[in-house]
Amino acid sequence: MTETIGFILIVCGLIFDFSGCLGLVRLPDVYNRLQSSTKCVTLGTCLILLGAVFYNGINAVGIKAILCIWFIFMTSPTAAHAISRASHKAGYKLWKGSACDKYLEDRQGSLKKEDS
Amino acid sequence: MTGCIVVLIICCFMCLYRIAFGPTPSDRIVANDILGIIIVGFCGIFSALSKQDLYMNIALAWALLSFIGSIALSKFLEGRTYDD
Amino acid sequence: MESIEKSTGFKFRVRLFEFLLMFLIWLALTWTIDPLTLIVGVIVAAGVVLFLSDLFPPNMVLLFTPRRLFWLLVYIPYFLYCVFKANLDVLYRVLHPDLPINPGIVKVRTALTTDLAKTFLANSITLTPGTLTVDIEGEYLYIHWINVLAKDIEGATIIIVNKFENILRRIFE
Repeated sequence: MTETIGFILIVCGLIFDFSGCLGLVRLPDVYNRLQSSTKCVTLGTCLILLGAVFYNGINAVGIKAILCIWFIFMTSPTAAHAISRASHKAGYKLWKGSACDKYLEDRQGSLKKEDS
Repeated sequence: MTGCIVVLIICCFMCLYRIAFGPTPSDRIVANDILGIIIVGFCGIFSALSKQDLYMNIALAWALLSFIGSIALSKFLEGRTYDD
Repeated sequence: MESIEKSTGFKFRVRLFEFLLMFLIWLALTWTIDPLTLIVGVIVAAGVVLFLSDLFPPNMVLLFTPRRLFWLLVYIPYFLYCVFKANLDVLYRVLHPDLPINPGIVKVRTALTTDLAKTFLANSITLTPGTLTVDIEGEYLYIHWINVLAKDIEGATIIIVNKFENILRRIFE
């Protein structure tokens, strides 16, 4: 019974992982790729690890898998935030069909204020 | 279970495509980060198959190192030193 | 003198709490009750607290009251529901042949003040539908939105921030 639940969780995680990687290939610029890949791959990997917990039960493996889930949920958004901020400061533009870029306007405004 | 591993290998090849042909360096950094998390998923499936805690140790260490690597690469991209 | 006495006692209690947390993580990672393992664990946890205790958020002990824990228990299922909704949203956008996206970076305002609350808010925004935190400056957050519905500060604040802010304010402030 628990193995069946674990297998279903692992298959759901694989679907999310696959869609995240498909977004990494299909979407047009860095920020959109970060959107799809961070969200989907984080949840997909956490579901796979949860499936491993159901396969093994609560023992040495299960506790480590739960710690790993907690750790990925904490660190993955932080890494995405760091990468997006760094690539914006390094000057990579948004996709040409973007609606607005308030961050670029504000940064250029502050740079002009420093110069004058 | 073999099918699950095949799907994850296809995901890894998508990330490798983005690392190889990504137009900008930050695309490559994103793909590197995602590749690290997918390898943690690999370790989860292997531990579910073999029921040994060896693979979970690898997964924990890999998640830590992948996170620190992404942070270091993004700091490098931003053009700052490692101090601040 | 009174306040210094009080603050050193408080600091000692914070150190003790961190030591117990580290020792619990050591026990979970090794998963054996062997005397040698326990002694090594005590030494390692004491070393970590001695050298790295400046990195812990200092007012974390104050957060463990029943009311805050109750709101945390309300927050976690709502957060997981939002994460699932976000994933189905991304699944739809990626598998659609025309790629229905309309991206842009908008600016929102938050009323939260402490750093820990802002960190939780930024991480929650990153994992929920179509939004990704790019930078935080004071009370303003810059957010990359995959489907821009409102370009001004007030409209974006109502759509993105308000649903989390009400619960997070009850937890952290």
